[in-house]
Amino acid sequence: MTLDADWAERWIRRTADAVADRRDELTELDREIGDGDHGENLVRGFRAVVAKLDARRAEVDGSGAGGPEAPPRLVGDVLKLTATTLMSTVGGASGPLYGTAFLRAAKVTGHETIDTRGIVAMLESALDGITARGKAEPGEKTMVDAWTPAVEAAERAAGEGDEADALRAAAAAADAGSTATIPLVATKGRASYLGERSAGHEDPGARSTALLLAAAVDALGEEPA
Amino acid sequence: MKKLLNDPENAVADSLAGFALAHADLVQVHHDPTYVTRVGGATTGKVGLVSGGGSGHEPLHTGFVGDGMLDAAVPGAVFTSPTPDGILPALHAADGGAGVLAIVKNYTGDVLNFDLAVELAEADGARVATVVVNDDVAVENSTYTAGRRGVAGTLCVEKIAGAAAMQGGDLDDVTRIAQHVVDNVRTMGVAVTACTVPHVGGPSFDLPDDQLEIGIGIHGEPGRRRVKAVPADEVTQMLLDPVADDLELSPGERVLLFVNGMGGTPASELYVVYGRARRLLEQRGVTVARSLVGSYVTSLEMQGASVTVLRLDDELEALWDAPVHTAALRW
Repeated sequence: MTLDADWAERWIRRTADAVADRRDELTELDREIGDGDHGENLVRGFRAVVAKLDARRAEVDGSGAGGPEAPPRLVGDVLKLTATTLMSTVGGASGPLYGTAFLRAAKVTGHETIDTRGIVAMLESALDGITARGKAEPGEKTMVDAWTPAVEAAERAAGEGDEADALRAAAAAADAGSTATIPLVATKGRASYLGERSAGHEDPGARSTALLLAAAVDALGEEPA
Repeated sequence: MKKLLNDPENAVADSLAGFALAHADLVQVHHDPTYVTRVGGATTGKVGLVSGGGSGHEPLHTGFVGDGMLDAAVPGAVFTSPTPDGILPALHAADGGAGVLAIVKNYTGDVLNFDLAVELAEADGARVATVVVNDDVAVENSTYTAGRRGVAGTLCVEKIAGAAAMQGGDLDDVTRIAQHVVDNVRTMGVAVTACTVPHVGGPSFDLPDDQLEIGIGIHGEPGRRRVKAVPADEVTQMLLDPVADDLELSPGERVLLFVNGMGGTPASELYVVYGRARRLLEQRGVTVARSLVGSYVTSLEMQGASVTVLRLDDELEALWDAPVHTAALRW
């Protein structure tokens, strides 16, 4: 199992597929307690990232620069491209939040491969970026409620397992964290204007976070032998 | 859905194309990314003013680009904040060497996208200050929410800060005056009908014929409460009282009274609201020293209105009176 730039690219492509498959679900969650554009915005953003990844591959293949002499491709390169593209295409609140998460993650993954500690650092940096940008704390019914348990679970798993264990633990915790937002009353973001009426609905940003981290695990399984 | 549009997906682009042609003496519209600047670009030595937000609130903000108000505006998709790739070139285009003030309505998306763009502009060496407008008293419990929204009071901030910049104030002065307006302006609105976002195709909420939505924002979101439709005088009181109470207006004070249409309400009805609001203020011993009535901060074709009160002092009054020459506001 190697967590390299190819893995990072598979992760982003799988996320694009996942948000497209679940677009209606994300839109419905957001319509209930937000403004109903979360699914659409993420589909548009991740499609734009995939288009850029495709264009870059075509460029590398065309010039022959993809051979053994090519400069090393770093995990952080893929994440940075993702960050800047999401920032300029998503809009709303989720564009800057996911954009900042990937930008901070890119800063600590400027390596050809990342190990277990690298995964934990990547997730921690992403969460720090989201918190710095959005000023939300756990329990406010936002994507922070999926990211926070994900980071904690990755840290615990990293003590005993490998990088894949850390990622799987993070994804499972994000999924549980997202489900746990259902009874919460929102105090950040547009859902907060609904007050008590926001309880009983899952937070769309927490759900898309769970999809994102599940895609990172799925991307482990496609490594060429 | 029946609207004067071609492909709903191109609603913003088609409208901006016409806007650019109609006001070619005042504005220039840039594409990919989209932003609007004053013809002639930044004024050397003047603080630049930039605002932006989702489209659908016209003439806000593009209609306020010109002399004595904004140097650049960034329209997003309908009711969706613009992205930093549009905001960043607008900040640079407005920079005449004296720094730039970004005027941002308090919606999470607008605040975050402007934050990011300002960070990027500063990394390029620009000096940028930000003022967040949050005049909507309909949001109670602002400690437990994303805070009060920025609505019609934004016009007052843009007009008065624009005049301060025109008169040669430095970035600190202009920022202080903009914040002073924010601190003294309050708004509350009512919807008589909901509005329909072009690419959605249906109304943003269901409002029965005999009901009004009190305390709306400007993105077609529902309001603070729903009441039975009552005569305009009673509705106006439901808007004016919370505004005046929140400002803690005392007898003898002077104010600007601004009655704003939401897009689908005739001017004649806005004057009905204005008349009642003015009498209510006078009953409180407050002098209405300046007035503005018209549809300036809209929600597409929504029927309804908002009442904005700005507490005036000599400085704000003089800046309000200063000349302005934009597509939507000029004197």
